[in-house]
Amino acid sequence: MLIYTLKRLVVALLVALTISLISFGLLYLSGDPATTIAGESANQAAIEAIREQYGFNRPLYEQYFAWVGRALQGDFGTSFYFKVPVTDLIFERLPVTLGLGLSAIAFAIVLSIPLGVLAARYPNSIVDRLALTISVMGQAMPSFWFALLLIMVFSFMYPLLPSSGSETWVHFIMPTVVLGYYATPAIMRLTRTGMLEVLGADYIRTARAKGLRPRVVLFKHALRNAIIPVVSLSAVQLGFMLGGSIVVETIFALHGTGYLAWESIRRYDLPTVQAILLVFSLIYIVLTFLADLLNAWLDPRIRVG
Amino acid sequence: MAAITIPAAEDIVGPTPGQRLRKRIIGHRGVMIGAVILAIIVLMALLAPLLAPHDPYTQNLGNRIVPPVWTDGGSWVHPLGTDGLGRDYLSRLMYGAQISLFIGFATALISGVIGTVMGVAAGYFGGRVDLVVTFLITCRLSMPVILVSLAVVALVGSSLTVVVMVLGVLLWDRYAVVMRSATMQVRSLDYVAAASAAGCSTWRILVSEILPNVMNPLIVVATLEVAHAVLLEAALSFLGLGVQPPLPSWGLMISEGKDYLLFEAWLITIPGICLFALLLAINLLGDGVRDVTAPENRS
Repeated sequence: MLIYTLKRLVVALLVALTISLISFGLLYLSGDPATTIAGESANQAAIEAIREQYGFNRPLYEQYFAWVGRALQGDFGTSFYFKVPVTDLIFERLPVTLGLGLSAIAFAIVLSIPLGVLAARYPNSIVDRLALTISVMGQAMPSFWFALLLIMVFSFMYPLLPSSGSETWVHFIMPTVVLGYYATPAIMRLTRTGMLEVLGADYIRTARAKGLRPRVVLFKHALRNAIIPVVSLSAVQLGFMLGGSIVVETIFALHGTGYLAWESIRRYDLPTVQAILLVFSLIYIVLTFLADLLNAWLDPRIRVG
Repeated sequence: MAAITIPAAEDIVGPTPGQRLRKRIIGHRGVMIGAVILAIIVLMALLAPLLAPHDPYTQNLGNRIVPPVWTDGGSWVHPLGTDGLGRDYLSRLMYGAQISLFIGFATALISGVIGTVMGVAAGYFGGRVDLVVTFLITCRLSMPVILVSLAVVALVGSSLTVVVMVLGVLLWDRYAVVMRSATMQVRSLDYVAAASAAGCSTWRILVSEILPNVMNPLIVVATLEVAHAVLLEAALSFLGLGVQPPLPSWGLMISEGKDYLLFEAWLITIPGICLFALLLAINLLGDGVRDVTAPENRS
């Protein structure tokens, strides 16, 4: 287990290193970053001044190491637009995004696991059909369109929920539903397949033959074994939700990191964009690393093989 | 020695594999529904120049926000009404289908080539090649696609070509994952060993032994990736960093209709339904192809 953990840790660190290179490279995608910051109409002297101030005239590798070195100390530079440290900007907004992500994954789990279990328990029944319909529809529903439909119905036709802002928990209801719905199909399908497999196993027949109540067999014996891959999928989905939060937070004007990302991209606020890309990727790397460890801990075949 | 009579091919009764496949396809409800919807949208896109009642770019500010024909004030001149600049909505929808389909297929082609090469190489050669490819897949998955594509499109400049290139370069991960495991399964089979023993070159084994036998999963992934690309293009255009106005992308139309959400809801419901129908059709088709070609369903 220790060797497995170390191996995964090395991979995770290498991935983080690669992502940091890509984030750094973003700065040079537009060609000359100094011109991008100064704007189209700036004169040569102003561009030179910016180049000097941000150190764009130094060799690339030097700039990269300086950037990573500072990033490791939690300093991502100053936002071009807000003129405050990017780190403060992100950490001020991160709770909103993490709260949204966690409540969305909770929503997805609460909706999809019972449905998946019932669909596997009664294959080809009405519940199974319903579960299948929800998952097929969910995959085809563009989240931004779903969000607008919800706003139309629940904010305008029946003014029950606020359409924008992030002041109270009520503001999070619609964004949670939209973001959570997005993760539902994958979790439900995996729960259903896993349960179908487990329900055919010998130990389930034994449990039934012992005369245990069906509910105990279903939840205590079957679900416990089928849930292992679902847990790690949920961690991965939580990571994917960070990307989805950009769309959802923008529509609902939720002041989280996703909205900040979109605003910063539109304003060419590159230090903020670089930092968000790195932070989102790091969160995903940590989540998948934990999911891998959890899987290996629960299933010895993984850590040996 | 008793003569063994081998029945001639014509004497064998029963359906041929091709006929059985056809029967499975026609019997599969998802495939049929998906194929019909997709065919309608493809026809709509191809025949847009002939069928569209108006030019999709002609503005008429005196004729803004005409409602669809089934509501009060609608007329057959503009069956689906006009948008905020007085452009015919039906014509824009039809030309919008061209954009969605073009982006979907072009992206799936680019990412398909990248992902298949990586996946097949990793699955066939294993060892270090596999390590590198797996590492690249992990890196790619760690970055949120939408964030990276938004940033790149914003920095490079948004146009149809840029969107296709960016999505093409980003969406290869699922191809690589699926092709890698499919190739791993195939490469240990006897006919690959036989080809190798017969002295076939690596290239020949890859092209004529491995590739045809990983075709089924490849088609399934490609179908689902077309849907993925269509969805992402719509999201990027909706966020203002995809296809640029005045091009009639469905995502852009929803974004433009957003300002009229309160009173002219059809401006967002109509392009949304089109987008939903297209994604549903492609997904049904992809899932259906997987069911139909799966060996365990060949009874």
